[in-house]
Amino acid sequence: MRFSGAIAVALLIANAAFAAEIPQAERRSGYSFMKPDTRAMQDEDTANPGMLWVLDGEALWKRKLGAANKACADCHDDGRTSMKGVAARYPAFDHAAGRPVDLEQRINSCRSNHQQATPLPFESRELLALTAFVARQSQGAAIETGGDPQLAPFVAKGRELYTQRQGQLNLACANCHDDNWDKKLAGSAITQGHPTGYPLYRLEWQSLGSLQRRLRACMSGIRAQAYDYGAPELVELELYLMSRARGMAMEAPAVRP
Amino acid sequence: MTSALINVPAKAKRGDVIEIKTLMSHIMETGYRHTAAGEVVPRDIITSFACRFNGAEIFRADLFPAIAANPFITFFTTATESGKFEFEWVGDQGFSETASASITVE
Amino acid sequence: MQEPADTSRRQFLGLAGGAAVLGAIPVVTVRPAEATPAMLASAIQNVTGGAAVRTGKVKLDIPPLVENGNTVPMTVTVAHPMAPEDHVRSIHVFNEKNPQPNIGNFYLGPHNGRAQVSTRIRLADSQKIVAIAKLSDGSFWSVSVDVVVTLAACTEDVI
Repeated sequence: MRFSGAIAVALLIANAAFAAEIPQAERRSGYSFMKPDTRAMQDEDTANPGMLWVLDGEALWKRKLGAANKACADCHDDGRTSMKGVAARYPAFDHAAGRPVDLEQRINSCRSNHQQATPLPFESRELLALTAFVARQSQGAAIETGGDPQLAPFVAKGRELYTQRQGQLNLACANCHDDNWDKKLAGSAITQGHPTGYPLYRLEWQSLGSLQRRLRACMSGIRAQAYDYGAPELVELELYLMSRARGMAMEAPAVRP
Repeated sequence: MTSALINVPAKAKRGDVIEIKTLMSHIMETGYRHTAAGEVVPRDIITSFACRFNGAEIFRADLFPAIAANPFITFFTTATESGKFEFEWVGDQGFSETASASITVE
Repeated sequence: MQEPADTSRRQFLGLAGGAAVLGAIPVVTVRPAEATPAMLASAIQNVTGGAAVRTGKVKLDIPPLVENGNTVPMTVTVAHPMAPEDHVRSIHVFNEKNPQPNIGNFYLGPHNGRAQVSTRIRLADSQKIVAIAKLSDGSFWSVSVDVVVTLAACTEDVI
């Protein structure tokens, strides 16, 4: 609907059985594609709306809840120390599940297993706040996701999902984010799609949101059926995207259009 | 879970003109959106923001639905004496929040 | 291989996605009736009471092409002293094509030191923004700026 016919056709014609991966030296954060006003929103903590969620998360971290009447802080002490670098290596392999889990799922499994509390719904204010608080503690840390050999088959699956054409518009993530980044789509810059700033405040949402929300929005945008929140495919995509961004610095919560 | 982020310099020299920045968590529902069933989502916005310094009002704003969610408002004031800034946000559905910040003026 | 989605299915997908999100109300963005230049003129009239409005003194800083119409940073500045006997009393910002002509009114006094306010606004469409400053001597000054707003490339139906 918003894609002009010309762009869609051009991308369909673009051959490449394998999308050309972006060379390491050319990788750029979405931040670099933003206009100065949007960057200014992210630069200052007291101007960054995402920080409102981080503040909420910090308060939630200390709240005792669940049948076990425990707070995150009871096991993890001050999140500002214990959670340093954690978000930079998620999604991570979860032994109990035998597969990768993302940060939201990890927080929820902690809630069920250790706090005996019900898991928080995806995109709920509370889950976003906790995720934002944890992700914030990796500010500036280099992304390390995907190094674990147990993750290899899942990273490969994620790459497959990233490069497969889908939806009515028959586009793969790679068509835009590997092959056509820095060009425009309906007035907006196409970024390289590195999730260095999640969860982030998206101006379009006027709210903080997760990477899964963004992926689902992209899929709806190309008229594909978006996977449900928490679907293994979304986690595999997150895993691939984070490992593709390995070495780049975390900047959560970022601000993006 | 409402939070506010305030940016006030901790210290200033008498006569300095300083910038105060405020960010308040609020959806600012415009009252112009509809549900899929066609019903209007009722307006729910902050309508007024005020700042007092040592009790005296130094800034006030009327806000309308055209102000974006999580209202960010900045203004300037002259540092005259040490004291306390008090901020107040008032809006629809009985919304009322306050925050404060202190400054030392030498 | 995905099945093609027809419009009713798309709405269903939107609702299904929405149901998972906080039990929030599925919301469709229906474009509301636009304000008209007449509404803008009458909103300005409410502030000025029909007095003459001169161009000048006021500066509006808005990106000429906005990144996203939902959140547009805006700074309005009035180049005028803020002395007890001569200062800016208030600044009023209006728009041309949102459902409502008013954006915000800001009330100042000499203690502010500088007549400058920043905030973030919503713009429904490419349009003109008008800022009017009222001085302590009762005079009105204005500026107007044209802003281009494009819709986001991939929008979601549901909050």
